[in-house]
Amino acid sequence: MDIFLEGLGRALQLIFSFDADLMAIVRLSLVVSGMALVISAILGLPAGIILGLKSFRGKRLLVALVYTGMGLPPVVVGLTIYILLSRQGPLGELGWLFTPRAMVITQSILSLPLIIGFTMTAIAAVPAALSQQLRSLGATQRQIVLTLLYEARAGVLAALIAGFGAIISEVGSVMIVGGNIEHKTRVLTTAIVLETRRGNFSLAIALGVILLAITFSANWLLLHLQGRLDPRQ
Amino acid sequence: METILRLEDIRHRYGQRIVLRVPELRIRPGEIFAVVGPSGAGKSTLLRLMNFLEKPTRGQVFFHQRAWTPRSLPIELRRRMTTVFQQPLLLNASVGSNVAYGLRVRGSRNGKAAIRQALEEVRLAHLTDQSANTLSGGEAQRVSLARALVLNPELLFLDEPTANLDPGNVKLIEEIIRRANAQRGTTVVMVTHNVWQARRLAQRVALLYDGEIIEIATTDDFFHHPQDPRTRAFLTGDLVY
Ligand SMILES: Nc1ncnc2c1ncn2[C@@H]1O[C@H](COP(=O)(O)OP(=O)(O)O)[C@@H](O)[C@H]1O
Ligand SMILES: [Mg+2]
Repeated sequence: MDIFLEGLGRALQLIFSFDADLMAIVRLSLVVSGMALVISAILGLPAGIILGLKSFRGKRLLVALVYTGMGLPPVVVGLTIYILLSRQGPLGELGWLFTPRAMVITQSILSLPLIIGFTMTAIAAVPAALSQQLRSLGATQRQIVLTLLYEARAGVLAALIAGFGAIISEVGSVMIVGGNIEHKTRVLTTAIVLETRRGNFSLAIALGVILLAITFSANWLLLHLQGRLDPRQ
Repeated sequence: METILRLEDIRHRYGQRIVLRVPELRIRPGEIFAVVGPSGAGKSTLLRLMNFLEKPTRGQVFFHQRAWTPRSLPIELRRRMTTVFQQPLLLNASVGSNVAYGLRVRGSRNGKAAIRQALEEVRLAHLTDQSANTLSGGEAQRVSLARALVLNPELLFLDEPTANLDPGNVKLIEEIIRRANAQRGTTVVMVTHNVWQARRLAQRVALLYDGEIIEIATTDDFFHHPQDPRTRAFLTGDLVY
C-alpha cells in the first residue's frame, strides 16, 4: 500500500516541479494520441455515418470487419507497421520507423474501428423516419446528415472517448514502432514499462497517475461538451 | 381543371407486393382534400410519394405542371411543401428550436416572431424553452404541426394529425387546419381514418382501399351519395381490411 501512496506523492511532486523530461513525455503522448484521434475521426465519422444510414451489398461483411477491428491486438498492428516501415519493408524509404509518425499511424489504425463502430451504432439508433421528416421540412442532404449527427451526439462523443481512451493507454504498438527512445519517442505508457523494469516503482506509479489524470481530464472535457450540447441537462 | 399536384399511372411496390395503384389523382390549389381508408390501405405511402420522399416504382408525380423525382425536385420547390407525420419525430432540442428547424435550414435568421406566432397558434408558446423530450403526445403532435405551419407551405400534407388525441386537442388541431387553409390559402392533403373529420374539414374526399382509390367525390356526394358499395360499408364501419 505504501508504494501507491509514495507514487501518488511523487506524482504530485513531479507534476508541480514541471520536470522538463516529464513535460516532454506528456506532450508527446498528447500529440501522438491527439493526432491519431483527429485522423481516425476524420476517416471514421463519415464511414460510421454511412454504415449507420445506408444499406448496400457487402455491408454485413464490412460491419463484421469493423467489429473485428474493434478488438485488434495492438502488438499485431505494431508488428505489421514495423514490417512495413522497416528498412527492407515496402515503406522503408520513408524512414518513419522509430519516429512519432509511425506511432500516430498505428494508433490511428487502432482507434479507427472503434470510432466507426460506435458512430455507426449511434447513428443507426436514430429513427429511420427522421431523415424523411427532415427532408420534408426542407433540409438538404448535407443538412440532414449534420442534424442526424447532432441527434446522435452522445453516441458520437462516446466514440471519440473510446477511441482516445484506447490509444492514450496503449503500450504494445508504440513500443514496437516507436522504440521508446528518450526525448524522441518516449510516451507515458512506454515510460511506465521502462521504469517498472528498472524497479523505479514509485516513479512508474507516478507516471500512471498522470496518465489516468490525462484520460480523466479528456473525458471530463468531452462530457462537459456533451452536456453543453444537450438541452436535457 | 387547375392542379397543383398530379399523380399519373402510379404503381408502387414493396418487394413483390403492389401497395399502391393510382391511375390519376389531381390536387386542386387551395382545397382541403381528405384521404380516408382502413389501416394498411396505403395512405401514408401515398403521402410520401406526393411529398417526393420516395420514388414511385412506376408513374410520375407532377408539381406545378412538371414531373419530378425525389432527386430531381429543386430544393426551392421542395421547400414549398411539407408533411406532418403521424409520429411526431421531434429533435432532441427545445420546443422553440424544433419549430425553428425548417426556417434554419432555409437560412432565414429572423424567424423569432414567426416561431412565436406558430407556437401561439397551437397554444404552446409557454413551452418554447422546454425540452421536446418532456412533452405529452398531444403537445408533441402540436409542436410537429407548428414546425410545419411556421414555413407557411403552399402544400401541406397531414398524416392522421389527430390520431390518439383527446377531443380538446382534436378540435384545436382541426381549427388550425381550417384557419391555415382559409387565411393563408394553404392547400391541404390530409389522411385520416376518421370519416367525420374528413366530413368536417374537406371539400373533397377519396376512399383508398387496398392501394386503390375506389371512390373520389365532393364531400357532400361522398357522404350522401356514395357510389361504391365498399364506400357505403366503410361509412357504416363494416369495411375491414
Ligand atoms: N417501407 C416499407 N417496406 C415494406 N412495406 C411497407 C413499407 N411501408 C409500408 N409498407 C406496407 O405497405 C402497405 C401500406 O402501408 P401504409 O401506406 O403505411 O398504409 P396506411 O398508412 O394506410 O395504414 C402496408 O401493407 C405496409 O405494411
Ligand atoms: Mg399510415
